[in-house]
Amino acid sequence: MIPPALQANPELGRWVRFEPDGRARIAFGKMEYGQGAATALAQLAAGELDLPFARLRVVGAATGDVPDEGMTVGSMSLETSGLAVRTACAEVRARFLAAAADKLGCDPAELSVRDGAFLRGGAPTGEDYWTLAGAVDLIRPATGEAALKRPDDLSVVGDSQPRLDLPPKVFGAAFLQDIVLPGMRHARVLHQPAPQARLKSLDEAQVRHAVPGVDILIEEAFVAVICASEHDAVRALGAAERAAVWEGAGELDPALAEPASLKSLPSESFAAGAAPAERSNRRRISATYAKPYISHASLAPSAGIAWFREGRLTVWTHNQGVYPMRALVARVTGLDPSAVEVIHAQGAGCYGHNGADDPPAEAAVIAVRRPGAPIRVQWRREDEFGHAPVGTAMLIELSAELDASGRLVDYTAEIWNTPHTWARGHSVVETALKPLDGPPPTAPARRLPDGTRFSGGLLNAIPSYDIAARRTVEHVIDPPPIRTSSLRGLGGPPNTFAGESFIDELAQAGGADPLAYRLSMISEPRGRAVLQRLAEMCGWERRGEAGSGHGLGLAYDRHRDRGAFCACAAEVDVEAEVRLVRLWCACDGGLIVNPDGARNQLEGGMIMAASWLLKEQVKLGGAGVASTTWDDYPILRFDEVPPIEIELLNVRDSRPYGLGEISAGPVMAAISNAVAHALGVRIREAPFTREKIAAALLAN
Amino acid sequence: MARRIAFQLNGAPAEVEADESASLLDVLRNDLGMTGVRFGCGLAQCGTCAVLVDGAEEPACALAVGAVEGRSVTTVEGLGGPEDPHPLQTSFLELQAGQCGYCLSGILIGAKALLDRNPDPTRAEIAKALAWHLCRCGVHNRVMDAVALAARRLREGAAA
Ligand code: FES
Ligand code: FES
Repeated sequence: MIPPALQANPELGRWVRFEPDGRARIAFGKMEYGQGAATALAQLAAGELDLPFARLRVVGAATGDVPDEGMTVGSMSLETSGLAVRTACAEVRARFLAAAADKLGCDPAELSVRDGAFLRGGAPTGEDYWTLAGAVDLIRPATGEAALKRPDDLSVVGDSQPRLDLPPKVFGAAFLQDIVLPGMRHARVLHQPAPQARLKSLDEAQVRHAVPGVDILIEEAFVAVICASEHDAVRALGAAERAAVWEGAGELDPALAEPASLKSLPSESFAAGAAPAERSNRRRISATYAKPYISHASLAPSAGIAWFREGRLTVWTHNQGVYPMRALVARVTGLDPSAVEVIHAQGAGCYGHNGADDPPAEAAVIAVRRPGAPIRVQWRREDEFGHAPVGTAMLIELSAELDASGRLVDYTAEIWNTPHTWARGHSVVETALKPLDGPPPTAPARRLPDGTRFSGGLLNAIPSYDIAARRTVEHVIDPPPIRTSSLRGLGGPPNTFAGESFIDELAQAGGADPLAYRLSMISEPRGRAVLQRLAEMCGWERRGEAGSGHGLGLAYDRHRDRGAFCACAAEVDVEAEVRLVRLWCACDGGLIVNPDGARNQLEGGMIMAASWLLKEQVKLGGAGVASTTWDDYPILRFDEVPPIEIELLNVRDSRPYGLGEISAGPVMAAISNAVAHALGVRIREAPFTREKIAAALLAN
Repeated sequence: MARRIAFQLNGAPAEVEADESASLLDVLRNDLGMTGVRFGCGLAQCGTCAVLVDGAEEPACALAVGAVEGRSVTTVEGLGGPEDPHPLQTSFLELQAGQCGYCLSGILIGAKALLDRNPDPTRAEIAKALAWHLCRCGVHNRVMDAVALAARRLREGAAA
């Protein structure tokens, strides 16, 4: 079978080519932004081709020659792209083997490949990929007929190869933000306070007085200032901000920042799963969990560059996909996609759909109106916090029925959220050029075969246990009160936070140990193994009485019910605030291509999710987001990050699972359970701030 | 008013024609080609723009270029390059202490300032010194390990 990404880009030569300088050119359509995707994919290619890693050259993503693999999302690069890369490379190797056999007059079965050279009976033949490059036509579609190697035969795979992208980053290079083009001009965009806001007036003279020579571009509600120097652009933006008068921006009720408000907003509802529970004398337990809107909070405000010359537009972006960016840019400029080239350069980690798509789209709009010079648009910190999409708030009502023995037999999750990928494919420049009349248009909703809508909100909605009857009810609020889009794991981590905290409540209700309670409901051996190993790692048997101020908690899930198995534990001290003492993670992610990269991803996900749970909430005020600086939006700091232990199980399994988002949910729930253990009372709404802790203790 | 402002940059004399109130970050990046100094917030809240001024760590976004006149400024480019890396850069690569890496320019500078005043810091001391530097990818533990590793190497080098 040909993997979908290879089907979409069937020409073998787009994936692999052997170049005259003795290197193999490897290309794929997934973006590197520090998650190690490029290095791991290159390891898979080297393994299938039997090439030393050092002989690979991985080309950067750009429209044109490089395979179109859409967006780099869902931490799926290794699962989806990995299979395409392997299939293409296996076929290329088979074709070269056939060509070598032909030339040597032998059976291909007599030949093997080592370090890119073809051996016969283990002895050199003088032939390698490069001597035969002229004899093998790679400008042909893949057939998918070549067999993939067994994981144990993939050299390089399973090695902790140092990341290809890291060295420049310690020497001060590597980012889109570093690109300087000849004659480049610096632009800043004055953003609409809200998508429906119109520009009533802007006193241009005032701006020109502040910065003589500034080029001011105004079209509908789109306002850009363009200067020769960044210094001037910054000052011109400040002047434009003071000189602009907006109308129709409206006011957002700050209470909409609270998850409880979701219930008051219009929504479409979808029910799925088992029929409503029949009335019985079973014990029923319910609880409501919540998490607020969360910012991606990338460390770099987004940037983009666009250059329009002789009817052709070139765009530099650090977003998640060059081909989707080409479609967006073509739409907002009215250019034909064939006249647009998009080149990827690295930016700060994005963790989903942050502001990355916006500045390049804005730069493109400016560039076609100001042809000739490259236009660089740099967002401010306030723009990134205030105008980039945020992860949606969620309200999660759970209820469960326990049979006489305390066993969980019936589970319902009722969820309120806005679509997790609502703003996908859209940019703020669109509403600026065409301010909205009334509410924003509904983004195209993805319908599933059963007629329900895929919002991202039901991922891991039901805990990963053997539960006889399970059902979900989802209320999808569209349009959302603020711009929401994908954040690492979509609904998965919040659902696991809620569900796995609730499982602890159920265990407690039945007087059971949380670990034993979970193990009694997992028949999948890989899941059991992960949880048992975790219990050893964290010293579960030393767990003391609840309410001592010191807590130990754990949690488990199988990612999206079909991916990696992950369990986390947390040890905390709680006084006025939660202090993390230590975190643990045991993970079965299947075939591990790069163990060090896998650990880095798992640990990063744990720290980010701990930060979400303990600290983060987007605040609303005025016409939009009110938390626009790091002071208003604190994240976990060096002196708050605990030591973390991670163990990988089953690393030579046949297939790899994406690992980038799997540790987030389990770690949130583990901390939540540890806090409940420490306090003897439970907090059910993130973030677990001082105020929430005080309130929970008081309510007790 | 723009005027000539001279200072030491990464060990060599540098001179710019600039308004003395212009942000040092802007001047370093746009006039002096030191793009390794990163813009993260412009409000002295994130640490990505950190530089050394006469050996002390400062947010370049919050300093006017006039304030460094006649003084010595070190950016990440001044720590070392691929051919002559600083032990901190070597240990960061060895322990793969980075994901997106956007925070690293500032963190390396902060770590250099720390090791210059405390050659043998504990984990808690490293954490405290770096606490104003934000990292969203979550490489804090690797960074702290890499700083400790570099410190050990520097001490051993000094003793040898
Ligand atoms: S850019 Fe200077 S501290 Fe953030
Ligand atoms: S490595 Fe991405 S912010 Fe630190």
